[in-house]
Amino acid sequence: MYSSRKTKRRPAGAFTLKLIAYGIVFAGAVVMLLPFYFMFVFATHANADILSVPPPYWFGDHLLENLKQLMAMRPNFWKSIGWSLSIAAATTALNLFFCALAGYAFAMLDFRYRETLFGLILATLLLPSFVSMIPTILLMQQIGWINSSKALIIPGACGALGIFMMRQYISSVLPRDLVDAARMDACGEFDIFLRVVLPLIGPALGTLALITFIGSYNNFVGALLVLRDQEVYTLPLVLRSLQGTNGVTWGALSIGAAIAVLPLLALFVVYSRRLIDGLTAGAVKG
Amino acid sequence: MQPTERNRPRKRWLSKKWAPYVFVSPFFILFAIFGLFPLLFSVYVSLFRWDGVSPLSQMKWEGFGNYLYVLELEGLDFRTVFTQAFWQDVYSRDFWRSLYNTLWIGVVAGLPQHLIAIPLAVFIHTQFRRARNGILAIYFLPFITQTVAIVLVFQALFSAKFGVINSLLTGIGQWEVAGFAPFSLMFPTEPVDWARPQKTPWIVAFVVWWRYVGWNTVLYLAALQTIPKDLYEAARVDGASPWRQFVHITLPQLRPMIFFAVTLTLIGNLQLFEEPYVLTAGTGGIGQVAETSAMYMLRVAMTDGDFGTASAVAWLLFMFVALLTWMNNRVLKPKD
Repeated sequence: MYSSRKTKRRPAGAFTLKLIAYGIVFAGAVVMLLPFYFMFVFATHANADILSVPPPYWFGDHLLENLKQLMAMRPNFWKSIGWSLSIAAATTALNLFFCALAGYAFAMLDFRYRETLFGLILATLLLPSFVSMIPTILLMQQIGWINSSKALIIPGACGALGIFMMRQYISSVLPRDLVDAARMDACGEFDIFLRVVLPLIGPALGTLALITFIGSYNNFVGALLVLRDQEVYTLPLVLRSLQGTNGVTWGALSIGAAIAVLPLLALFVVYSRRLIDGLTAGAVKG
Repeated sequence: MQPTERNRPRKRWLSKKWAPYVFVSPFFILFAIFGLFPLLFSVYVSLFRWDGVSPLSQMKWEGFGNYLYVLELEGLDFRTVFTQAFWQDVYSRDFWRSLYNTLWIGVVAGLPQHLIAIPLAVFIHTQFRRARNGILAIYFLPFITQTVAIVLVFQALFSAKFGVINSLLTGIGQWEVAGFAPFSLMFPTEPVDWARPQKTPWIVAFVVWWRYVGWNTVLYLAALQTIPKDLYEAARVDGASPWRQFVHITLPQLRPMIFFAVTLTLIGNLQLFEEPYVLTAGTGGIGQVAETSAMYMLRVAMTDGDFGTASAVAWLLFMFVALLTWMNNRVLKPKD
């Protein structure tokens, strides 16, 4: 009833307005996608074609040659992909475990200083990241973790945002009675977490896994600070090293960039809704 | 339930009293080692001359010398503060130039993010139903993409000679209908020389805008969904136009989110590093026109090997960020 009345009352300009809105949103979407499109286009063209005027606008047939050229320039390329993926996987696994554990404690257990400790964790989110850049280099140099994947995995093994997300989710879905019942059944505190809590918070773990994995896989600054040798470069560093002051081989670089972006692109196509919701949930509630 | 053998309290490695502390301890242990300790140590280092690698006994006491060295105030003629020459002199000093660059890029990239994201979110919220998720995903894609990969592509797109952006822009600019070029005033008709240093900060600002406009749109869209529908219903009954609804209902209701999103942009843009670093191949551009403060700090540490001064830069920058965040709190924070 309401909707029909609305359509009748709609002023004549509404259609134009709608058209403009669609036009703007569509044009914006094109701007967002165009760099990706040209990344794939360039990946299929020889360097000379990319440098010609006008540049190529459609896919070419130089994909395999570009790939070969990339392998010739950076023999470690596949290794660095594996390196990046395994660092991201390790960081994600540690974060899931530690954040869920802490989130569970903050959501379900009563203990002294609970609110204070939680407030402290949130306060660390306010620290600007550049303040810790120099100290991180210093510390890693002193303990000899330069060029080691530990320097990327261990410091980020338990993120404050992850704890926050886990606490929100656990306190909203997990019935307290369940935990109490398990305790009555003489389950140890850690067993309760492992056998009762963990199986019930799958969705939140999935979202946190996505966020952590993407963050770690894309991490450029952290790697730049501690990885110095080409042999241990992660993907962003390898790509960055292809960039010279003159004579960049754009074809090989583009295929490298495309390969670097593809895993997350695939992940995003499947899980975009979940990822966007997960990232904004904290912002809206908090 | 009958008390059985199983129910009798067993000796456990983790008692009910201590379990919560053990559960939350990983964060605090990691933060103490990799966060707090290095931070405090860097305060200490900022008072010394030190190359970061030689033993601690090699550190040379500087006091606040590093801070004064970074600020580089000597030789500035403060009586001429209203002349252009004075500000050119300030701009020629590394720390101040990097601060200016950071602020410039931060504003030029940050302001349009919100000016576009708010109406965009309203459009998507009111006009799109089925296509909404797809549209949102497209706008959000730059945010989750590896910065280095996509920024390198941007470098090719912005090339002066063969760049796609130049051919698109001049294509629109030269487009003629019956001997008349309608867009020739708004768009360039000749290729733009993007390699000129004056253009570099604009390119950086555009790429930053491109990366984060979708993130802000998503934030605003989430806030729009929490505005009660009956507010609009009541306004419509009163005959309020869509524009008046936007000004008198949407904007005030969005205010908490505007504060939150602007704060995120402010903090994020003040520590801008990746985009300008990759776009300028780590150099900061010709004449360091796009060297942000974070880049300057890292240059002092890695290239000059002067960790004391670099730490001093970090803490000066921290104070600056704290000051701006405080001002933002005073101006934008919704009073409740």
